[in-house]
Amino acid sequence: MPVSLLWAVDVHGRVYSLSSAGQQWELGRDAPMEFKRVTAAQQCCWSLGCDSSIYLNVFASDLPVRYKVETYENQRWNPVDGFSERLLPSDRWQWSDVTGLQHQPLHSFQLPSSSWEWEGDWYVDENFEGEPTEKEGWTYSIDFPSTYTKDKKWNSCVRRRRWIRYRRYKAMDTWAKIPSQPMSLPDPFSDISCGGWEISEEPGGRLSLWVVSLQGKVWFREGICHHNPEGSSWEEVPLPGEVVQISCGPGDLVWAVLWEGKLIVREGITRDCPRGLSWAVVECPSPEVGAIHVSVGNGVVWAVTKDNKVWFRRGVNSHNPCGSGWISMVGEMIMISVGLHDQVWAIGCEDRAVYFRQGVTSSELSGKTWRAISAPRDGERPHSSASSQQSAGRFFSGEVQAQSVVSDADSDVEKGSADGAIFTTPEPSLGSPTEPPSNPAVDAPKARIPKVTSDSFISELVSDRDQGKPSKDVLSVTPAVLEEEVIPADGEEILLCAGEALLSTESRGGPQWSNVDLEEAQTGAVLDLAETCSLSSVTTFTLTVEDGAEEHPMWAWVSGEGCSVDSSSQLNWFSSSANTTSVTQSVQSMSLSISPAQTAAWRRQIFEQLSERSRREMDDFKHYEQAIEQSVWVKKGAMQWWRDWKPHKWIDVQFAFEQFSGPDGNKDGILFIYYNYNEEKKYLHAFINEVTILVPVLNDSKHTFAIYTDERTKQRWPIRVAAATELEMYDWLALLSVSCCESRGIQGPPSKQAIWSITCKGDIFVSEPSPALEAVPYPTPCDQMFWRQVGGHLRMVECNSAGIVWGIGYDHTAWVYTGGYGGGFFQGLASSTDNIYTQTDVKSVYIYENQRWNPVSGYTSRGLPTDRYMWSNASGLRECTKTGTRPPSPHWTWISDWAVDYSVSGSTDREGWQYAADFPASFHGYKTMKDFVRRRRWARKCKLTTTGPWQEIPPIPLIDVTVLPCGAQSSVDTFPLWAISSKGDVLCRLGVSAQTPAGSSWLHVGTDQPFKSISIGAAGQVWAIARDGSAFHRGSVSPQNPAGDCWYHIPSPAKQKLKQVSVGRTSICAVDENGNLWYRQGVTPSYPQGSSWDHVSNNVRKVSMGPLDQIWIIADKVQGSQSLSCGTVCHRLGVQPIEPKGQQWDYGIGGGWDHITVRGNAMEPPRIGLLSQKDTAPPTSSSPLPVGIAEPNGTAVYS
Amino acid sequence: MADDKDVLRDVWFGRIPTCFTLNPDEVTEREAEPYYLLLPRVSYLPLVTDKVKKHFLKVMRTEDVEEMWFEHEGTPLKWHYPIGVLFDFHASNTVLPWSITVHFKNFPDVDLLHCPTNSMVEAHFMSSIKEADALKHKSQVVNDMQKKDHKQLWMGLQNDKFDQFWAMNRKLMEYPTEEGGFRYIPFRIYQTTNDRPFIQRLFRPVSTEGNPHTLFDLLKEMCVCASEENRFQVVIHGIEPLLETPLQWLSEHLSHPDNFLHICIIPAPTD
Repeated sequence: MPVSLLWAVDVHGRVYSLSSAGQQWELGRDAPMEFKRVTAAQQCCWSLGCDSSIYLNVFASDLPVRYKVETYENQRWNPVDGFSERLLPSDRWQWSDVTGLQHQPLHSFQLPSSSWEWEGDWYVDENFEGEPTEKEGWTYSIDFPSTYTKDKKWNSCVRRRRWIRYRRYKAMDTWAKIPSQPMSLPDPFSDISCGGWEISEEPGGRLSLWVVSLQGKVWFREGICHHNPEGSSWEEVPLPGEVVQISCGPGDLVWAVLWEGKLIVREGITRDCPRGLSWAVVECPSPEVGAIHVSVGNGVVWAVTKDNKVWFRRGVNSHNPCGSGWISMVGEMIMISVGLHDQVWAIGCEDRAVYFRQGVTSSELSGKTWRAISAPRDGERPHSSASSQQSAGRFFSGEVQAQSVVSDADSDVEKGSADGAIFTTPEPSLGSPTEPPSNPAVDAPKARIPKVTSDSFISELVSDRDQGKPSKDVLSVTPAVLEEEVIPADGEEILLCAGEALLSTESRGGPQWSNVDLEEAQTGAVLDLAETCSLSSVTTFTLTVEDGAEEHPMWAWVSGEGCSVDSSSQLNWFSSSANTTSVTQSVQSMSLSISPAQTAAWRRQIFEQLSERSRREMDDFKHYEQAIEQSVWVKKGAMQWWRDWKPHKWIDVQFAFEQFSGPDGNKDGILFIYYNYNEEKKYLHAFINEVTILVPVLNDSKHTFAIYTDERTKQRWPIRVAAATELEMYDWLALLSVSCCESRGIQGPPSKQAIWSITCKGDIFVSEPSPALEAVPYPTPCDQMFWRQVGGHLRMVECNSAGIVWGIGYDHTAWVYTGGYGGGFFQGLASSTDNIYTQTDVKSVYIYENQRWNPVSGYTSRGLPTDRYMWSNASGLRECTKTGTRPPSPHWTWISDWAVDYSVSGSTDREGWQYAADFPASFHGYKTMKDFVRRRRWARKCKLTTTGPWQEIPPIPLIDVTVLPCGAQSSVDTFPLWAISSKGDVLCRLGVSAQTPAGSSWLHVGTDQPFKSISIGAAGQVWAIARDGSAFHRGSVSPQNPAGDCWYHIPSPAKQKLKQVSVGRTSICAVDENGNLWYRQGVTPSYPQGSSWDHVSNNVRKVSMGPLDQIWIIADKVQGSQSLSCGTVCHRLGVQPIEPKGQQWDYGIGGGWDHITVRGNAMEPPRIGLLSQKDTAPPTSSSPLPVGIAEPNGTAVYS
Repeated sequence: MADDKDVLRDVWFGRIPTCFTLNPDEVTEREAEPYYLLLPRVSYLPLVTDKVKKHFLKVMRTEDVEEMWFEHEGTPLKWHYPIGVLFDFHASNTVLPWSITVHFKNFPDVDLLHCPTNSMVEAHFMSSIKEADALKHKSQVVNDMQKKDHKQLWMGLQNDKFDQFWAMNRKLMEYPTEEGGFRYIPFRIYQTTNDRPFIQRLFRPVSTEGNPHTLFDLLKEMCVCASEENRFQVVIHGIEPLLETPLQWLSEHLSHPDNFLHICIIPAPTD
């Protein structure tokens, strides 16, 4: 899980954050003022300042927040001037938006706020629908409005071009005030909550921000999204009452607390309507004591009542946002914050410590116990006890509405006349905690107890020394000190909390409030006196201040909304004792080579002494006889086998594995499958040293795995066996894998040259290439390659020959290879102990809801008898119901509910439907007269947790990654690594080296449109494919200028949209959406863009070019002698400098393969004498590969 | 050596070069040659001395042969201790090869258990494993195993099959990560200065404060006078781990196949 932050505010209004990997609270030092409340998302934090304004702190990311503005320049041709800005009166504006309806001159574009800056000046877009245009970027047409072409024709009377400019959000990592609207809001804000980022599939950044004003109104911030973090405007949300506090979960839950203690729940929140439609009222947990605080998560609601009791709401989910009932929980809290994964934090009523709810899991949402977070605070000022007591005068409580503003000198004076004197420096609703100046004993009844109220007064009173009993005195003298339970204007019953004495002491040594606040306070003073009666929300509470209190100022507010931890997270918040340190270090350590435990002296000692023991006791006595002779070892079991002859079916067989030591000491073995054929006993066998791969195929019903040999690979027909249980299957797989590796003398982690591949199940396989693999003319056949599995789950993987390996999961998380091996089901001996980490992945399972139109009832789920299932898979051939559909394998668990998926290709209507004339047909996202059927896709997320030699690289999700391929003897130390974020941004990773394969940070490379594929060649040539299918070449990439300078638009092959590109040493290949493989002709060092695309092959899904310019692909369909396989690894034969496109394909492992990378294999094949003389030098010294990017375009041979 | 897994291999494949000589008091038909053998440290004497017996029987008359037993410098060697423990405890500072005297008469009933067949060893070995698992997992793991799994452990030891043994034994070495270790560490401490054969008590791998216990903590708790460090050596598998080594790690990596951590406290050589 990526590192994320827990936020909290102490009673002084200081904001602290605690990292999920950290051990101490970090003080936010750059805060412009004191804050009352914070609410955090993962990418930003919102806060409510003491001036009751809203502040936003967008966390700096390697990905900038940038926004493209565009406008069109329109021109018309006339015989005199040619094309000119002189338009016809009926024409559009000379500068307009794309439709021509809006007048948009360049100067009309203003920055939305002072937090933005322009990235550069306006420029003309020279890309038209994926095709480069003429220099000026004009597109031509007969007339407005019409279709435009990039070529000028004889009848082109009008033309237009697009101007582009980017603005960038610059206020990263600082608190930026959200400018108030011109028609300013009626009153200041008093509560704030953000969430809602899971409502839509929109990439990170969209969120819902709800605020409550002092008058109890609720406002919703419109338009917050990634490129507009500030949002655009406030919209008032109608209410059934006056709200004092609101909470918005990550999904569609929004609850609020009404003034009278009831709760309201927002209904009708959807992706189209994040504001929701209506409120429903929920009774508070106990009728006598109303609620004062509520916090919601994904599927939970926690509330606090005015007596500080904690309540958990049962049965809350999207369909039933109101839930079904309250459960009383242990603990007395003043506020609660529910974070990601429904984890819970709270602030204790007694000690004002931050508590974390332990043991909250998806099956036990209410958790087990409260545990106080005892992390020390950074920036704690040392205090003498005297000053500490005095300075405790100002507190913020969670409920405090504004800040107390008192000048030092005055307060002391006022204190003198304590009794009954109301010292008011009121400011819209503020909490004025007070503190006993002299009595340090907390629990002593005589302690003067400071009282924090939610109103705008600072009152100083002498305690009546009787905790828990309401004080009439206080009341009478401080009528404006209000409790939430006080009915306005009713002074009878006040201090519900124990504290009686309202002391407002202003301290000399304490922090200074800003003068601004003071001024504001005075302007609103009198008004608030009356108003706060009705407004003052929430609890008042007492603070008992003791000596130690100042060293640990009490907490007032905590926000865990952006804190991604769960019950299994390793947290170091609870004690800072020495033993946790090492854990932290190893968790945090991103330098993957050495973990502290490994270097421990005791471990070194054991390693050294064991070697020494071997020398002492064994080295001189090797000629002695061994006491135990080696013998054959047999493991047997009952299995099922997918029989070879028709009709194919599973039959029971005896499965046996015999292992023995070969003459050379290597272990070897034979697999036997004993079966009956026509009553006759027969067997099938396979030598372990001929097995090329073992592929687990775990599904719901069977625990199977496939065994391939080279012969079986040719036939596309593996031996398929099924074990009775999953455990048994993994026992066998682990044993057979180890035996296969042993028989081939392979052990430990994959080499730097290794070839990595990934199946459609996300399983990762790695193969050690032999030097002859790329030999010309007699390479090792591809079907003889031996593959072994590595733990983890990925969608793609890329590597280079320096051992830098990056992977991307199905959930777009980036992972870096740690140098370990094993993990997953490889336990014990087949796995390294170090460098194995937990890895998670999330993917969606899709099912389709199909409907047919009939004249009576419109679209219904009643289809024709010939129709597909009304709930089906994509093809319609298999029935898939919501209840019947299971996760892909037992390892996956559902983590969400079924939801309509709007991100289907070809767009949908508002309910997610796509229409067509009939099944199966091409669907479109709107209804026409001819449409009789419709379908929509439902998605449900599931999650896998496994282990493997991978460590996460947060926080940017990626869709593609590429690292510079280099020669076997490369002297480069940092390697360019490029990636594409899930939003399509191009990124360049800095600091990637063999020692730190994870690199240090991202450098963003601007593009005019989102990209989807990228590759860097051995000489630093960067090629990329944009989402519109066009290719780009990045110019001037060098070690000095790792991001290059500009993109050169390369036209795609005629009528084809490219989807993936790969660059080897000098060769460039790309795959288009129709499965064609294209080779870039005419690339020379002086003209790296090349001249044209040459067709190489069809039937290609993906291509990987290696540092020797070798070409490997995933082929779409390959026919074997027994069956057809889809998704097969293939190797291009005959690739030579004079024939870079090669001659034919050699077929390797498959089907079911999704990805391959050969970019680590820089092993030159052994040379054969009859090649030309320059190739006869020994492989080590011949043609040193272009090492890195210092030499533009390397030393490749151009024929 | 980079990986903890290699420790397991080194432990398993530890061998002690041994010279077996026949007790001169035995009646022989002709002079018996000494017999040299590499003994696996983790095994038991009856499992590895078939060849020794065969060798010496060649020179003896059958009527002179009773149960075979071994002795080193006058001390009878207990077959139910792992060979490595016997060596470390009795002979670690002697010259290699280890010289063992073979007897076929005068079985010392006071000192040794009889061992008529290897099934005695198996019974002893399996009961040790069960006892260790009772300490580690309240017997849950060993009870979940099937008969054939138990057999696999035993056969692995008997036939010196590291993979076969560890394929099963790793299950006995697992523990819930949140607990930081086993329930109790199965260990035995052998001391020359003590009358009792060995010390074995309940000891947790992690202290009540959550700190991992070290070898030092264990020795201190067991009142072993290891503090007089110069006078004693703490030997496990022929090596002297640092006293700061975490006990849980030791238990996982330096236990004998019987799943006990056998620790020998022996006087330091005086020179």
